[in-house]
Amino acid sequence: MNVREISAAAITGAVKQAFMDLNYHIGSDILSALQTAQQTETSPVAQNVLSQLLENHRIASEEEIPICQDTGMAVLFIQYGEQVVIRDGHFEEAVQEGVRQAYTDGYLRKSVVDDPVFDRVNTKDNTPALLYTDIVPGDKITILAGCKGFGSENMSAVKMLTPSAGLEGVRQFILDTVHYAGPNPCPPIVVGVGIGGTFEKAALLAKKATLRPINTHHTDERYAALEDELLTAINTMGYGPAGLGGQTTALGVNIETSPTHIAGMPVAVNICCHAARHKTITI
Amino acid sequence: MNIKKITLPLTDDVISDLHAGDSVLLTGTVITGRDAAHKRLYELLEKGEELPVNLQGEVIYYVGPAPAKPGHAVGPAGPTSSYRMDKYTPALLDRGLKGMIGKGARSEAVIESMKKNGVVYFAAIGGAAALISRSIKKAEVLAYEDLGTEAIYRFTVEDFPAIVAIDAYGHSALAKG
Repeated sequence: MNVREISAAAITGAVKQAFMDLNYHIGSDILSALQTAQQTETSPVAQNVLSQLLENHRIASEEEIPICQDTGMAVLFIQYGEQVVIRDGHFEEAVQEGVRQAYTDGYLRKSVVDDPVFDRVNTKDNTPALLYTDIVPGDKITILAGCKGFGSENMSAVKMLTPSAGLEGVRQFILDTVHYAGPNPCPPIVVGVGIGGTFEKAALLAKKATLRPINTHHTDERYAALEDELLTAINTMGYGPAGLGGQTTALGVNIETSPTHIAGMPVAVNICCHAARHKTITI
Repeated sequence: MNIKKITLPLTDDVISDLHAGDSVLLTGTVITGRDAAHKRLYELLEKGEELPVNLQGEVIYYVGPAPAKPGHAVGPAGPTSSYRMDKYTPALLDRGLKGMIGKGARSEAVIESMKKNGVVYFAAIGGAAALISRSIKKAEVLAYEDLGTEAIYRFTVEDFPAIVAIDAYGHSALAKG
C-alpha cells in the first residue's frame, strides 16, 4: 500500500481557511432559496426581513466578517483515507489548531465553555471542535466542516419511536418539533432529519443533514418525496421569516437514513437557522 | 412601509404609542446583556445587593457580539433568543428597564410584567448580524468584562432596525403558527 504524507501544518491551514470561508460566505443554495422566497412572499414584513438577510449576506461576504455573531461550535465530519500518514504532528491536534486559528485570526466569536454545568468558563479559542471520523480507503482526507448557532440547536430533539409508529409517527414528530420551535430558531430554517441507527446515530445523521445543500434530495425517492411534503407542510405553519409571519418558515428539509434495530425507529430533528454554514474540503 | 424613528431613552409617551408590528429605527444608547450577565444580575437582586448598572429607563439588547475587525466599532452583533432570559426578566423590569431587544417568543410571565411596568419588546432580525453591526457606532464595556462577549456593554446606536414584537399592551406581532 502506498503511503501519502500530509504535514500537520497543511491540515491546520486548510481547516482554518474552511472555517473562515464558511463563516463569511453563505452557500449559493441558501442565497438562491432566500431570493426565491423574497419573490414569492406576499407580506411586506416578510419581504423586508428577507431583503435584510440578503443584504446581510452581501455585507458579510464583501467585508469578510461573520454572517452571524453566533459562529457556533465547530463540527467536522471527516473521511480519513487509510493511506494518509501525518508528518510533523498529530491529526486531531492539527485540526483543533486550525479551528483555534480561524476563530482567533478570523474575528469569529468564541462561544465554547469548558464545563457544561458547574464552571462554564469560556475556553477563549472556541476549542474543542467536535470531530466525527470515518476511516475510508484512499490517500485523501475529506472534511465536511460546519458551525451552527445554538439558537436553533436548542430547538432540536431526538425521539425513540418504535416501528408501529410508522411513517405517520415520523412525520408528526418532525412537524411537532418545528412547531414547538416556532419563531425562536431564526426562521426560515433548514430542517435536518436523521432516521434509523441508534440513539446517537440518528442525532449525528440529523446534524449531517443540516450540512447538506438544500437543493439536493435523499437518494431514495420515497424519502425525497417526504422531504418535499414536509417542506410544504412546514411552510403552511405561518411562522415566516424572523417569526413575524409569512409563507417561508423553512428553506429546506434534508433527511438522512440508516439501517436500524428490529425494535426501533429513532428519529432526530436538528433545526438549523437560515445561516446554514458548511464547506467541504479535500486534502 | 412606514418606519418610526425613535430616540432613546424611551419615554412612557413613546412606549404608549408603539404597537406590535411597527417597524422602528432606534437612535441613542442601549445596554447589552445575555445569559451569563442576566444570571449575575438576578443573583445580586436575590441577595438584595446593588447592581453594577442602573437599569432605570434603559433598553437592553440580548447580544453577544463577534470580535470587531480593526476599524469597526463592533463585530457582527445580531440578537440572541430572548426566551432564555425569561426567568430573570420580570425582576429586571421591576428595576426600571423599559425596553428589550432580542428574537423569538417570551413567556406569559414576562408579558404580564411588561404590561405592569409599561415595557416594550423589540425583535431584531436574527442572523442579520453583519447588517445590524453597521448601526452600532460605539461599544464600551460597562460591567463583567471577564465574561468576554457576554459582558454588559453600552452600545451607541444610530437607526438600529427593529420591529415591535410585543407592545406594552401585551399584543404580539409574532406568528402563533
